[in-house]
Amino acid sequence: MSVLVYTENWDGKFKKLSFELISFANEIAKKLNTSVVALSIGKVEDDELKKLGNYGAAKILSVTNDKLAGLNNQAFTSVIAQAVAKENSTVILFAHNNTGKAIAPRLSVRLKAGLATGVTSVPSDTEPFTVTKKTFTAKAYANVVIKSPVRILTLLQNVFGIFESPVSATIEPFNPELKETEFKTEVKEINKVTGKLLLTDAEIVVSGGRGMKGPENWGPIEELATLLGGATACSRPVSDEGWRPHSEHTGQTGKIIAPDLYFAFGISGAIQHLGGISGSKCIVAVNKDPDAPIFEAADYGIVGDAMKVLPELISAIKEIKAG
Amino acid sequence: MKILICISNVPDTTTKIKFVNNNTAFDTAGVQWIINPWDELALTRALDIKDAQAGTIENITVINVGLHDTEPTIRKALAIGADKGIRINADPKDAFFVASQLAEVIRKENFDIIMCGIESSDYNGCNVGGMLSELLEMPSVSSVSFLDIQGGQVSVTREIDGGQETVATQMPFIAIVQKGIAKEPRIPSMRGIMGARTKPLQVTEPAPADSLTEFLGYELPKPKAACKKVDPDNVKELALLLHNEAKVI
Ligand SMILES: Cc1cc2nc3c(=O)[nH]c(=O)nc-3n(C[C@H](O)[C@H](O)[C@H](O)COP(=O)(O)OP(=O)(O)OC[C@H]3O[C@@H](n4cnc5c(N)ncnc54)[C@H](O)[C@@H]3O)c2cc1C
Ligand SMILES: Nc1ncnc2c1ncn2[C@@H]1O[C@H](COP(=O)(O)O)[C@@H](O)[C@H]1O
Repeated sequence: MSVLVYTENWDGKFKKLSFELISFANEIAKKLNTSVVALSIGKVEDDELKKLGNYGAAKILSVTNDKLAGLNNQAFTSVIAQAVAKENSTVILFAHNNTGKAIAPRLSVRLKAGLATGVTSVPSDTEPFTVTKKTFTAKAYANVVIKSPVRILTLLQNVFGIFESPVSATIEPFNPELKETEFKTEVKEINKVTGKLLLTDAEIVVSGGRGMKGPENWGPIEELATLLGGATACSRPVSDEGWRPHSEHTGQTGKIIAPDLYFAFGISGAIQHLGGISGSKCIVAVNKDPDAPIFEAADYGIVGDAMKVLPELISAIKEIKAG
Repeated sequence: MKILICISNVPDTTTKIKFVNNNTAFDTAGVQWIINPWDELALTRALDIKDAQAGTIENITVINVGLHDTEPTIRKALAIGADKGIRINADPKDAFFVASQLAEVIRKENFDIIMCGIESSDYNGCNVGGMLSELLEMPSVSSVSFLDIQGGQVSVTREIDGGQETVATQMPFIAIVQKGIAKEPRIPSMRGIMGARTKPLQVTEPAPADSLTEFLGYELPKPKAACKKVDPDNVKELALLLHNEAKVI
């Protein structure tokens, strides 16, 4: 038996979500009295692979075949299914992100293994296997039983946390069989931002809404994000207007994030916006309307002008940082 | 070319979520039902392509697994512009069950492109599209934010963490679509609504299929503690609270 984790790297470095997944897997493995096996697809150095051991991965299967450089749902499903067979895995974990959503449902059919997506905590019970998952765009949670003997979960990002639990991990090269007939899609061009913190990976997010009036007022938002080592985000109308890139749009129809700290400047807090940020551990709202719904979701708030509050907040934080 | 769009019937996104029967069932009283927003955008994109390139697309069909009460949603899709509707007469128990029903019907017809939404806004599965592609052994591209057909070839763009990829794919294939696929959903015109009444809506009976999961019950999120308000003339106080009390900076 084992718990298998599909890890992801970003230019050879593991994404934060991979460490979170291993931490989560470790907790499930304890309940099932078994161990954690990580699967890594792509070129990752041994030193980096070993890091997975810090969170409890006892074995790391490393697949480096060039044919798997770009995501191919069918071929990746085959690779993971072969790892499951080899490691006799009964629980398989993915992140609830673009890749997890692409592969987990295919694997579910391939293995006839029940799938629960957007899971928020470790199984409350293992027999029957019961997990809690997000429903109604985070307006409610459901308890779901997976009836099959093999179970697949996608974990909502940033809800579980990262916990160290070091073991000495063995690294094992893994050469799964690849079928030509499973390569029916081909990545032609990749267009990705490098050197910038991923919004979904950021612990602190500074976000602005229509109340910021126009793109020319984003200077202090970016400054605050940089000062705190965080990322910037925005509400949907802001990206629709082209004030900010679409990749920054958070909410039900954009990115779903759960940072430690989320700042909402000039955001009214519409239900669809909250759907993407309500998992944040601490929400700070600055809005000149005392009745704005964002204050119902916020932990701290200032009823006031964001343009005035931002520079003052920046200098106050600089003072704290300077000690 | 023939396009199929899988549509799920979901509560309007502003619905207040409540449960009944000891929190084991969603309270449907007074709920407005709509086409799942992603599926509505998929339909919009398919119609845009059909309009832009006369003759390329001969037929756009929508399909739903649902009981009789989902028919208004299917009729709305016909009013927006789909040519034909299919309803598989079953209660959508779980994603595997739904995908199995869809696969049964799709195997009997040849569609070149099948579109699904990335997720239904009710149970937030993100399941059916991927499951369907595996059942049909078709290639799938997920998180699709752009799709076009030029000279009989499709090109799609998919979102990845921190960027986009342009993907070439063989047909038939399944596009699992999300934000970006179309900007605003099309609204049915008066003519569309009239025409929808006479468009074919075929009802088929379900095939035997398993379900792999079961929903036991629901919980509402715990109510949040009241927001701590800071005086706008004392912004420094906010910084100190975040540092000393919340310990987040
Ligand atoms: C199906 C559907 C899906 C949607 N998905 C999303 C989504 O994913 N994400 C999303 O964000 N939205 C989404 N929306 C849109 C959503 O309903 C809201 O329209 C949107 O979130 C509002 O954005 P906003 O708060 O920036 O703007 P507004 O609602 O216009 O709010 C601006 C706020 O700024 C305040 N303000 C103005 N000036 C100042 C100032 N100087 N200082 C401080 N405060 C000021 C105002 O009091 C107001 O509260 C969706 C809508 C639908 C129908
Ligand atoms: N009952 C259904 N009938 C037809 N298509 C569905 C149904 N449920 C889900 N789908 C399709 O699958 C997508 C993802 O749904 P889900 O897996 O439920 O989140 C939806 O956007 C639809 O395209």
